Amino acid sequence: MGKLIVHQEKAQDIAALIKICPFGAMENKNGRIEINAACRLCKLCVKRGKGVFEFVESENFSGVDKSAWRGIAVYVDHVNGKIHPVTYELIGKARELAAKINQPVYAVFLGENISQKAQEILHYGVDKVYTCDKKELRAFNIENYAIAFENFIEKIKPAVVLVGATPVGRQLAPRVAAHFHTGLTADCTILDIHENTDLVQIRPAFGGNIMAEILTPNHRPQMATVRYKIMDAPKRSEEIFGSIEQLELDSAKFTSKVEVLSVIKKPREIGIENADILVVAGRGVKKKEDLKLVRELAEVLNGDYACTRPLVECGWLEPKRQIGLSGRTVRPKLIITCGVSGSVQFVAGMEHSEQIFAINSDPKASIFKVANYAVVGDLYEIVPKLIEKIKRGRGIA
Amino acid sequence: MKILVCIKQVPSTNKVEVDPATGILKRNSAEAKMNPYDLFALETGLRLREKYGGNLSVLTMGPPQAAAILYEAFAMGADRGALITDRKFGGSDVLATSYTLSQGIGKFGRFDIIICGLQTTDGDTAQVGPEVSEMLGIPCVCNVRAIDKVESNHIIVDMEMSEDIEKLKVPFPCLITVQKDIYEPRLPSYKKQKATANREISRYSLNDMGDKNEKHYGLDGSPTNVQRIFPPSSDKVQEKWTGSGEDLSERIYEALKKMKFTA
Repeated sequence: MGKLIVHQEKAQDIAALIKICPFGAMENKNGRIEINAACRLCKLCVKRGKGVFEFVESENFSGVDKSAWRGIAVYVDHVNGKIHPVTYELIGKARELAAKINQPVYAVFLGENISQKAQEILHYGVDKVYTCDKKELRAFNIENYAIAFENFIEKIKPAVVLVGATPVGRQLAPRVAAHFHTGLTADCTILDIHENTDLVQIRPAFGGNIMAEILTPNHRPQMATVRYKIMDAPKRSEEIFGSIEQLELDSAKFTSKVEVLSVIKKPREIGIENADILVVAGRGVKKKEDLKLVRELAEVLNGDYACTRPLVECGWLEPKRQIGLSGRTVRPKLIITCGVSGSVQFVAGMEHSEQIFAINSDPKASIFKVANYAVVGDLYEIVPKLIEKIKRGRGIA
Repeated sequence: MKILVCIKQVPSTNKVEVDPATGILKRNSAEAKMNPYDLFALETGLRLREKYGGNLSVLTMGPPQAAAILYEAFAMGADRGALITDRKFGGSDVLATSYTLSQGIGKFGRFDIIICGLQTTDGDTAQVGPEVSEMLGIPCVCNVRAIDKVESNHIIVDMEMSEDIEKLKVPFPCLITVQKDIYEPRLPSYKKQKATANREISRYSLNDMGDKNEKHYGLDGSPTNVQRIFPPSSDKVQEKWTGSGEDLSERIYEALKKMKFTA
């Protein structure tokens, strides 16, 4: 917390100083350096500006009483009581974090007729499941769900709240975070915790090949969302641990005027998320017709095919085949990338795949940093031969 | 119907790197464009206006040069625009950004419906829309995949969920975020571009806001703090293979066979 000060008298080569800023946030106004609204306070200019720029910390915030906020809470993501598996993955992470600070793990389950289903969560090692079982929570309505969620946070005061980055979690979490005027970090890929219960949140940032470590040091609860298939779910144990407690909430509190008219099943799609084997096309594929190489390799391996963002943007494949932060997260047993450079956005969506083969002719491609097998070569030479060999091995050629 | 579409200027490329030795950001291009997801929000707003009448405003927050995307929106058919810009808003996280936007919206006017894109391509959080709705105290529906109809004082929309589609009747005023592909965005019109090139836009700084307390904006108003930035690392066991196409395809094939992915 603080602000940037420019010591104009020390500035000599203004043009050179302006160039330091990667966001173009400095301007030369009649021989004075002015910082405009593009400034992200990355403090790069402080590091490299030879004393011209100074970052002045504001006096410390009074802050919150961190000892009043205890435990790691996980939001139980579900539709009609059917629990989304990201919930168990988050419980696994929550247990790990809670063990470090010796605090409890909570699950918060909001819905209608869910009390029985809450029993299932006790097989995964939480200390307590808090339920709010109300007819107003039958179908997802952001206002009513937020009210019930806020009721939980006000009563239990958890230090950390983890929410799955599902279509529901991604709207509910910000609504609740804004209510408490607290921080929320989206799509964390790594989570850790300090002894003082400050949550270490790591995610790709600035839309590029950069990771940022983020803290919420003066606010509670600390909130973060995590995508499906990023963390590891614990094994379901036969015995149950912990207990279930019903949270009271007066029905009059549910004031939403939004009406849910119907909930229908989406037509069943076999998505790339569920594939065990994936072959991925990147920008190294030169023409739309050449996608057949990728499709055919997927076919002979009995797998599915996917692609990177640029291929969706130029209309070669549908968005549902896109891997990455703005597409789908996948965790197949085998993934073969063909001509994929490997932006952070893409890698975040597939780095947990079990075996990664990356084919790219550029030996410096960043995809090779996550690949188990970095194959430096031309996909147009390798893939057709590979398809032949697999066909021959299977006796289909 | 009074429609507001919130848009953002984002970098044209994602080519940002960190120098591993110094931990310093290197950005290769200063070029900027309208966030691609916002084109779908804008198109949705334009279609609503065309079908049900009213006017369409666009709002953005950013450096002075972000005004360019307001003019891009005018060329697509937007009626009026406002830019929220002030150095004091620099370093805003999701909460501070949402707060600044909600204050700016209060200044800009009263709207029946606020439409946002699903997310941006630089922040990728998808959180600002729902946070703004909370701060304005209005209902919100994200991931809208289709608009059914508008009736006197409400809108009926389809929200996409993991496995289901929820149909909701939402009273005005409300906020929605729309999915990519809800409609095909139109191209800017050259005629409109010429006609609107000198259109006045409103500019708001901290002094124009209802809440002028500096501590609620920018870095001071941001609960989250970036502690450090670093290049992504990997601790995987790795092998690097080079050779001819024949050699490499043989090695991949043998490896796949050994792992039992193929016969």
